[in-house]
Amino acid sequence: MLSVVVTAAHPTIPDVGVFAVAAAIILAGAIGVVVARNPVHSALMLVMTLFGVAVMFVLQQASFLAAVQVIVYAGAIVVLFLFVIMFLGVDREEDIAAERLRGQRPLAIALVFLGTTGLLLLGEVSKWTTGQPHVAGIDTGAPNVNLIGKSLYTTYLFPFEATSALLIIAVVGAVVLARRPPVVATTSDDVTSPDLSEDEDAVSDASVADVANVADGTEVDA
Amino acid sequence: MSINPAWYLSLSIVLFAIGALGVLVRRNVLIMFMCVELMLNASNLAFVTFARTLHDIGGQVLVFFVLVVAAAEVVVGLGIVVAIFRRRANADADDLHLMKG
Repeated sequence: MLSVVVTAAHPTIPDVGVFAVAAAIILAGAIGVVVARNPVHSALMLVMTLFGVAVMFVLQQASFLAAVQVIVYAGAIVVLFLFVIMFLGVDREEDIAAERLRGQRPLAIALVFLGTTGLLLLGEVSKWTTGQPHVAGIDTGAPNVNLIGKSLYTTYLFPFEATSALLIIAVVGAVVLARRPPVVATTSDDVTSPDLSEDEDAVSDASVADVANVADGTEVDA
Repeated sequence: MSINPAWYLSLSIVLFAIGALGVLVRRNVLIMFMCVELMLNASNLAFVTFARTLHDIGGQVLVFFVLVVAAAEVVVGLGIVVAIFRRRANADADDLHLMKG
């Protein structure tokens, strides 16, 4: 059965306005993420895009997902990004103009442009949505959280439990990855400490020489 | 009535394209991760739109799972980035060619 519910011949003015503003925010933020040289700016632009997507969720009566989007994405994931950026001190500018692989960038742009126009044309000439509605529970427009909760704990119970296992695995993996192995730590200390001491010696030598020169100069001047 | 779903889907396609372009063009690993997040958000938007169009709550439940997987992916990915930073001074994807013959 083919069911295309592309109704809404006359959307109201406020809806169109909210959609236009949110779409502009989303696209501006997304382009900012790609274009910004500083990773911190990219992360803040990402927050902008995520808020725009949350507005889109509200516009489509998915209020629970909008709240989760703001809390999980903007509140947790982007903060994690910013934490790592500042922890590692990589907030320096990147030279975007430098192209390492010859021809990679035009090829990427052409490929993405081709794919985008292809998809948009496909959506234009054929139907956007096909298939049978009401598979996993009817979205009656009643309180959204009830429906999601019921669906999550009945139809999607096994994926939900698998998700908890995935989160545990991710936490353990992050701890293992971030842990500094003791052997590597000692060797890196051995490698770095002579360099540091040499640098310190060089600095002290230079400063001594400077002091000597200054002293000589003053003596000459005097 | 509300907005035509085709608009949402077009926006989702464009957002996905921008994210894909970022992954292909940028060399900083952290920014590539952010562009992956953009692509995930585009797919989330499409899921919610289809959920509303087909009157099926399953699309919104799937967005919930995508959110969880994205969080796990970011945690592990940033752990890997931190581990890379221990060995070398930058997060440039082109410098990670240890496996190259």
